[in-house]
Amino acid sequence: MSHPILKTQDLTVRFGGHVAVDHISCTFNAGELTAIVGPNGAGKTTYFNLISGQIPSSEGSVALNDRDITRMSVAQRTHLGIGRAFQLTNLFPNLSVLENIRLVIQSKAGRGFNMFSMATSHDDLTRPAMEVVERVRLADQADQVVAELSHGNQRKLEVALLIALDPLVYMFDEPTAGMSVDEAPVVLDLIAELKHRKDRSILLVEHKMDVIRTLADRIIVLHNGALAADGDPATVMASDVVQEAYMGKELEDV
Amino acid sequence: MLSTILSGDMPRSRILAALLIAILICLAFAPFIFPGVRSVDTAARICIFIVLVASYDLMLGYGGIVSFAHTMFFGLGAYGVALACTHMGRGFDALLVGSIGGAALAAVLAFLIGLFSLRVRAIFFAMITLAVASAVAVLVSQMSGITGGEDGLNYKIPRELTPAFKFADEKIMGVRMNGKLLNYYLIFTCSLLLFLFMLRVVHSPFGRVLLAIRENDFRAESIGYRVVHYRVAATCMSAAVAALAGALYAIWLRYVGPDTSLSMEVMIDILLMVVIGGMGTMYGAVIGATLFVLAQNYLQGLMGAASEAVEGLPILPELLSADRWLLWLGVLFILSVYFFPTGIVGRLREGKKT
Ligand SMILES: Nc1ncnc2c1ncn2[C@@H]1O[C@H](COP(=O)(O)OP(=O)(O)OP(=O)(O)O)[C@@H](O)[C@H]1O
Ligand SMILES: [Mg+2]
Repeated sequence: MSHPILKTQDLTVRFGGHVAVDHISCTFNAGELTAIVGPNGAGKTTYFNLISGQIPSSEGSVALNDRDITRMSVAQRTHLGIGRAFQLTNLFPNLSVLENIRLVIQSKAGRGFNMFSMATSHDDLTRPAMEVVERVRLADQADQVVAELSHGNQRKLEVALLIALDPLVYMFDEPTAGMSVDEAPVVLDLIAELKHRKDRSILLVEHKMDVIRTLADRIIVLHNGALAADGDPATVMASDVVQEAYMGKELEDV
Repeated sequence: MLSTILSGDMPRSRILAALLIAILICLAFAPFIFPGVRSVDTAARICIFIVLVASYDLMLGYGGIVSFAHTMFFGLGAYGVALACTHMGRGFDALLVGSIGGAALAAVLAFLIGLFSLRVRAIFFAMITLAVASAVAVLVSQMSGITGGEDGLNYKIPRELTPAFKFADEKIMGVRMNGKLLNYYLIFTCSLLLFLFMLRVVHSPFGRVLLAIRENDFRAESIGYRVVHYRVAATCMSAAVAALAGALYAIWLRYVGPDTSLSMEVMIDILLMVVIGGMGTMYGAVIGATLFVLAQNYLQGLMGAASEAVEGLPILPELLSADRWLLWLGVLFILSVYFFPTGIVGRLREGKKT
């Protein structure tokens, strides 16, 4: 049932002499939520950057549904089904919440070059955007400018943009970082809901142990840019690599 | 209805709405409200500069792209009309061919500059436009066989658009019913349509993408917009509209020369008008262009009068002498940037949701 969607083969990037991602070969399956863990500076975000195309790889390849996307631009990869939410909130600060999401839906519909109609007249874009706004519980803030939102709500919107995009591969980079205890569950519930989409693959960088325990089907551990462990949660957590190099130090049991 | 014409961009400020309506009425009836060659000429210039400044704002205020080649595009349209009229003879077909040819050439040139430089970095684009604009200005003044060089070109436009043509004997409100009046209304109508066209573009799905790119190009790319493609498209459209404004200018003046349509001075004027009116809002172009052209045309005279009025007092006549008008324009500019950093329209709309 669960078929491979995304594959990285010997994926590597060097910054000067520093190898930030070191020959990572890994396959991600549909219907699977993979948690990516590792200490600060392990290369998790950089690995994401290579997959979504923000930085070019030095070596190796990325394939989406057996199609080589290593040389494609970020936007091209997005249209093929790679979706990314960022560790540091990365939104359109002077546009409204609804407009942020509407822009994603518009991009998906390929209507960005429509120059002669009014943006507000495209109900078939506004309606689904409003649905996403409601789904992430930002309906009360829909018309508010993003810069005026609380940090927690901005994080929510960051996740909402990805949900609006609905890619084949969802990549979340510490989605709940900096959120308060009562805000985080909304985001985590949204991610849990996505797990029902059996044709999607979810990659989640996360430090919080309890989150990983409830959500992950599989854990991969990065250490100094290399793949240090890969397997089902129970096995990986019990393994020596994790115990020695990582546990107790970085994973916060909150 | 009104909302559709304005593409949903209501002024959202009483003072702004009043100003815009006043400007529209004054321009629409300028030949009757302010008869006289000089004032009608000022009104035509205002119409044309509103279009020119709005097209620049499409690039700067919406696309976040800095260009110094806008007068070059303006000049391409102006020279297009001049050359077509010179070589095809008097006729509306020459006006049409010249305008469309100039606009097409401007778009192609913008496309090439954009494709080569917008990929790299925004600052690189600004420098390339500066280089290309200077090169074209030099080229035009040196190829005097074709362009008339520094002297520019005088040419004939259709008789129906000149004062020699009379279409009614009686005067209305003391205004002669001649071709110059028709010419003014041609300029006014085309400018209004071009302005409304741009207002539509900035409120279209495309315009929203430009806003997104200006806000955060990194994220725009990441949600699937090829930023370079959109920037190039905005540049081309802006260049084509600037060329059409240039064509209107050439039709109005019946003369083109490097000073009126290609010089760096005009480029700086455009920048000032955008900043004074307010970037990232088309209405800013209306307010900026109107105030600036008025100041350009009447500040000098006003100051001359003021200078005479204070004659006998120390220093004041010197400071107010008509020759100092540029100085005072500079002072006005600094004050307006200081007090209205978001432009006049930005200030008037302050605290109101976009
Ligand atoms: N553009 C870059 N240029 C140079 N070095 C970089 C660049 N991007 C990342 N690095 C380095 O690569 C290493 C991996 O960084 P990365 O951000 O991927 O870590 P991370 O696992 O996401 O850490 P965190 O948990 O803190 O988010 C770090 O040592 C970082 O300094
Ligand atoms: Mg990181």
